[in-house]
Amino acid sequence: MKGRPENLGPEVEARPVILEIEGLTHYFDSLRAVHDFSVTIKEGELVGLIGPNGAGKTTVFNLITGVYRPTAGSIRYEGAPLIGLPSHEIIQMGIARTFQNIRLFANLTVLDNVLIAYHPHSGYGLTDAIFRSRRFRERERVMIEQSQELLEIFGLADRQNDVAGGLPYGLQRRLEIARALATQPRLLLLDEPAAGMNPQEIDQLMELIRFIRDRFQLTIFLVEHRMRLVMNICEWITVMDFGEIIARGKPEEVRSNPQVIEAYLGRQAIR
Amino acid sequence: MRQFLRNTNVTFLAGAGLVFIIVQALINLGILNPYWQGVIFWGAAITMVSLGLNLIYGFNGQFSLGQYGFYAIGAYASADITYRWVRNDPSALVVVIFGSILALIFMLGVNAFLRRFYGVFTPTKFLLNFLAAVLGFFLAVRFVNPAIGQSLYQALNGLPSGISQQIVFFLALVGGATLAGIVSYLLGIPVLELGSDYFGIATLGFTIIVKVLLDNTDTILPFPEMKGARGMVGIPKWTTWPWVFFSFIAVVLVMRNLLHSSTGRAILSVREDERAAELMGIDTTSQKIMAFVVGSVFAGLAGGIRAHDLAFLHPTTFGFLPSFNPLIIIVFGGLGSMTGTIITGFFWIFLLEGVLRLYLPEGFETWRFVIYPIVLLLMMLLRPQGLMGRYEIAFLRRPLPPPKKEPSLAQKLIPEAGEVKA
Ligand SMILES: Nc1ncnc2c1ncn2[C@@H]1O[C@H](COP(=O)(O)OP(=O)(O)OP(=O)(O)O)[C@@H](O)[C@H]1O
Ligand SMILES: [Mg+2]
Repeated sequence: MKGRPENLGPEVEARPVILEIEGLTHYFDSLRAVHDFSVTIKEGELVGLIGPNGAGKTTVFNLITGVYRPTAGSIRYEGAPLIGLPSHEIIQMGIARTFQNIRLFANLTVLDNVLIAYHPHSGYGLTDAIFRSRRFRERERVMIEQSQELLEIFGLADRQNDVAGGLPYGLQRRLEIARALATQPRLLLLDEPAAGMNPQEIDQLMELIRFIRDRFQLTIFLVEHRMRLVMNICEWITVMDFGEIIARGKPEEVRSNPQVIEAYLGRQAIR
Repeated sequence: MRQFLRNTNVTFLAGAGLVFIIVQALINLGILNPYWQGVIFWGAAITMVSLGLNLIYGFNGQFSLGQYGFYAIGAYASADITYRWVRNDPSALVVVIFGSILALIFMLGVNAFLRRFYGVFTPTKFLLNFLAAVLGFFLAVRFVNPAIGQSLYQALNGLPSGISQQIVFFLALVGGATLAGIVSYLLGIPVLELGSDYFGIATLGFTIIVKVLLDNTDTILPFPEMKGARGMVGIPKWTTWPWVFFSFIAVVLVMRNLLHSSTGRAILSVREDERAAELMGIDTTSQKIMAFVVGSVFAGLAGGIRAHDLAFLHPTTFGFLPSFNPLIIIVFGGLGSMTGTIITGFFWIFLLEGVLRLYLPEGFETWRFVIYPIVLLLMMLLRPQGLMGRYEIAFLRRPLPPPKKEPSLAQKLIPEAGEVKA
């Protein structure tokens, strides 16, 4: 199948496709940020996207989530075309993401950050809110409980009423993931979740990613520079450079691919 | 019992009830003369307008200068209803009320229809909604009014005169506020949905257009009774303390309950980071339009209250310079603080229109627009977050849910995930 390594085994190949990107191309004015990018991801997979700085990884995520409209190509999620849809509709279809440079609602509390992501599932309307109907109280209670449960998983339970912008960096990164999960996704896009973390924190993060993937039955597509994380948890990896795919395969194959080494060593060593 | 007394709802309602009774008593005893009554009523009206603007700008982050335009719409529309009513003409009442109802139904229909399509072109959406609104009011003028106008008038006038007056006033206030809401929705679609950075300019343009139309109500528009730039006289003076009080409390409660809900959090998220909010699945455009419409409805309601206290409306009241008042008030009080707006709003009118007007020499008004900017500048330098920052009194503060007690299933099952520390 297009956009996948060939040697992943029949068990995985038998699963349904969740995300299918074909020939994705995007220009910023005359800068070609992404060119002919194709990837097919099956349900339950944990796929990595790596590449040197400026390779176009974040742009791919932005294209999937409707931040930009691609110059060419197609993106299908569970068979439905995404291009042209507003971002919030794409998210509501079951795709969630985090941001490379943390974008929390910094002045709001930790709990509010998560509750906001529950909003499309709030299940009550304006009149319920204004008249404090029973449905309002009931749904608020459930939303708060669910959010608290999420915060607990991420070790943020005791910080729920703290201002998000005041959290230490590592916790802000985790809150980003917790907030993304509150949108109730089936596909989670993580953009450099380990940025700025030390090796020990990265190990904890890997644990966490594996855990949420099982618990919420997620498919995960992640961008990461830190090889420690990528090589350990990704089932397969796509490598891009200058907007194009230069390699894909299982971690050990990618690591020893001369083109990949060249792309990274040309500008920076594999960390 | 102590629990009951500590309940902020109880405290607030008791406090509000006390204020109501005291002011009413002072009025009945003749201690509060009409001048100071007017100051209080005016303060309440300006505060309602400013609360609406704070919802739009302070809480939702959309810088608007259109608030006085909606204030004017509410004032003139409700005034026209009662003006005509007391002159045995129910047409304005019927047209505004039934026109609004029809317009709302048609607009709901249009939007339900449009939801079935992907990526509707915004100008198309605007045009269809605009036509729906126009059709609603056209039908009201052309068919509903001739059909039921007179019989409605007879029926209402059959009631004891005190009661019929209160009903008509109520409908006039609701009608003015609804009209302001419909207009703001129509303005919001092109300006907010196109994601324009020029929302401030567009709304300022709107205020100016409204002012120009008011100057020409008797020439361009078919409302000779509004008398254009000469000012509309003969509006019944129906605003009383209970009307002011209950309108004000309604605005405060609606705004508070809205802000303390999931929608309120969505409104805040747009202010905090619109892109991130959109990428958390929030339809930021509808949140912006919603906040804009609710804020405008508040302004429209305040306009009705003000018009029936003044009994006289003049376009200059809604001109360019006064239109900055709500902005100054919310910046002073603190963007994103209802408490700040309420304090500053009343204080503003009390000081500038009450105390200073009495004690400062003639010609002081001219100096106001020299003094305001200087005071505002000082404020910006010394306390940029405003008087109250984002502080709220307990009743208006968003409740912080208590932390959960027993560990969740997740934590029991995999302690290491719950225990990871940064
Ligand atoms: N909004 C934008 N406007 C113009 N150019 C952009 C924009 N966003 C990204 N680019 C450019 O597109 C290219 C790809 O950027 P992108 O952020 O996707 O890279 P990346 O692989 O995520 O890099 P990094 O590892 O640094 O995050 C870069 O050259 C970048 O400068
Ligand atoms: Mg990036």
